[in-house]
Amino acid sequence: MATEFHNLQELRHSASLANKVFIQRDYTDGTVCKFQTKFPSELDSRIERTLFEDTVKTLNNYYAEAEKIGGQSYLEGCLACLTVYLIFLCIETRYEKVLKKISRYIQEQNEKVYAPRGLLITDPIERGMRVIEISVYEDRGSSGSSSGSSTTSSSGR
Amino acid sequence: MITRKVTRKWEKLPGKNTFCCDGRVMMARQKGVFYLTLFLIVGTCSLFFIYPLPFVLVDLFSTIKKKKNVLFVFSIPVFAVLLFVFVVAMLLRTSFSDPGVLPRALPEEANFIEMEIEAANGNVMAGQRPPPRIKNVQINNQIVKLKYCYTCKIFRPPRASHCSICDNCVDRFDHHCPWVGNCVGKRNYRYFYLFTLSLSLLTIYIFAFNIVHVVLREYRNIFEHVVSLTPHCTVLEVLVCFFTLWSVVGLTGFHTYLISLNQTTNEDIKGSWSGKNRVQNPYSHKNFIKNCCEVLCGPTYPSVLDRRGVMLEDSTRPTPSDASAASTYKSTNPVSQTTKSSAPLIPNEHTPEEAKPSIGAGTQKSTSSPKEEKPPSPTSPNAVAPAVIKESAH
Repeated sequence: MATEFHNLQELRHSASLANKVFIQRDYTDGTVCKFQTKFPSELDSRIERTLFEDTVKTLNNYYAEAEKIGGQSYLEGCLACLTVYLIFLCIETRYEKVLKKISRYIQEQNEKVYAPRGLLITDPIERGMRVIEISVYEDRGSSGSSSGSSTTSSSGR
Repeated sequence: MITRKVTRKWEKLPGKNTFCCDGRVMMARQKGVFYLTLFLIVGTCSLFFIYPLPFVLVDLFSTIKKKKNVLFVFSIPVFAVLLFVFVVAMLLRTSFSDPGVLPRALPEEANFIEMEIEAANGNVMAGQRPPPRIKNVQINNQIVKLKYCYTCKIFRPPRASHCSICDNCVDRFDHHCPWVGNCVGKRNYRYFYLFTLSLSLLTIYIFAFNIVHVVLREYRNIFEHVVSLTPHCTVLEVLVCFFTLWSVVGLTGFHTYLISLNQTTNEDIKGSWSGKNRVQNPYSHKNFIKNCCEVLCGPTYPSVLDRRGVMLEDSTRPTPSDASAASTYKSTNPVSQTTKSSAPLIPNEHTPEEAKPSIGAGTQKSTSSPKEEKPPSPTSPNAVAPAVIKESAH
């Protein structure tokens, strides 16, 4: 019996943090940023395995794109060196652009997939790119008191 | 209406770094040797631009017969100025940037890792020492041991190491350089290398220039009347350049060798990939060009520290540094204490007992960091090997 939340607002108002699951880094390909796709047992009853694996694989692809060493990274490096790295005051690096994409993706995944299931993903950059932190929420009280708790918590905000 | 001063995250960061310009600049605590480096470079170059450069230019101008030689003569000081600007820019970039510090684990993550370790180790008999905390990973068919850092409460990623001078785990830790006043790690290694390379070129340039000038002077006997200033400037410049040459050019050569093998100074000193027991460097592409390209032209990694993010005073204030809803709901996590782990939900705000010493050090640092600290007298490193490698023996 999984707890059902319809959106992030409801999650915030009527849920309490029960547990945190940490997805560790996968170092088999070296020092590139990649996370393990092994499904943690704590999430067994909360989310489907395929959805979770899709999220992690997409994140891994984004990081691989950011850290790709190819023509564009050489160009960026040489151009930056010639301008004594002052060019980074004006333009964004490719890595920063991809990080913004990742942040948007995580937000979208949280709204569409994870919050309705009472879960919340933290952007890995906030944890030093070491782990993907997934917070597991439990319903605080019965459904009858959810409206009351939402008003009290909204006044507290 | 009293405006509350915002507290930025750099003020609460554990570790022994000093921060300037409201978190934009990040350096080690002892900056004395860095000031010396800056003084030597700027001082010697200023002396060079006063003498002998103008005199030699005037001399060359007077002997120019063709117009195209004017361009050549002009290029001499322009090249010197550009090189000097590049050297100082690289030095400042190396010294002021985040070398790739890994933030410490928050209490929940630390507990999670502890539980994993206990599960892996099983039952330890009373009186027996628990086994060392090591994780084995396979990288490119090589077993690499990841050690646990007791200070940061994380398993260090491959190639990361804990700098005891700065009290931080640094990713792709190379060494702690007192001349630069900072650790050299993943994020600032290329700037450090470009600094040593360009400084070598500048030193050779000034040295050669002075030697040529002395030879020409002896030959021509022109500056007889300018006797008092001449010898002292030249002698000083030649002296500084001579000693700098041996150390900096040697260091540049050493780092070129390391880059070609995709190794760090730390790994070289420890002999991690020396080849005994058929251990090879799993990070090397076995190709000189590829290794160089990865280290020098690789992507510019972002800092994960978020030094200038605003600390939450209370749970209701959103962080202006990240306006997305993603961070808003993270920052307004319900503060109910019904969590299974007895750890606070909002990081860095309430100090659990175990983290008090590190936070105490952080607040001490935050009161003194805006002011310029009087650096203690630095230990004078060996001129030939200015790199200082310190690693706490965890």
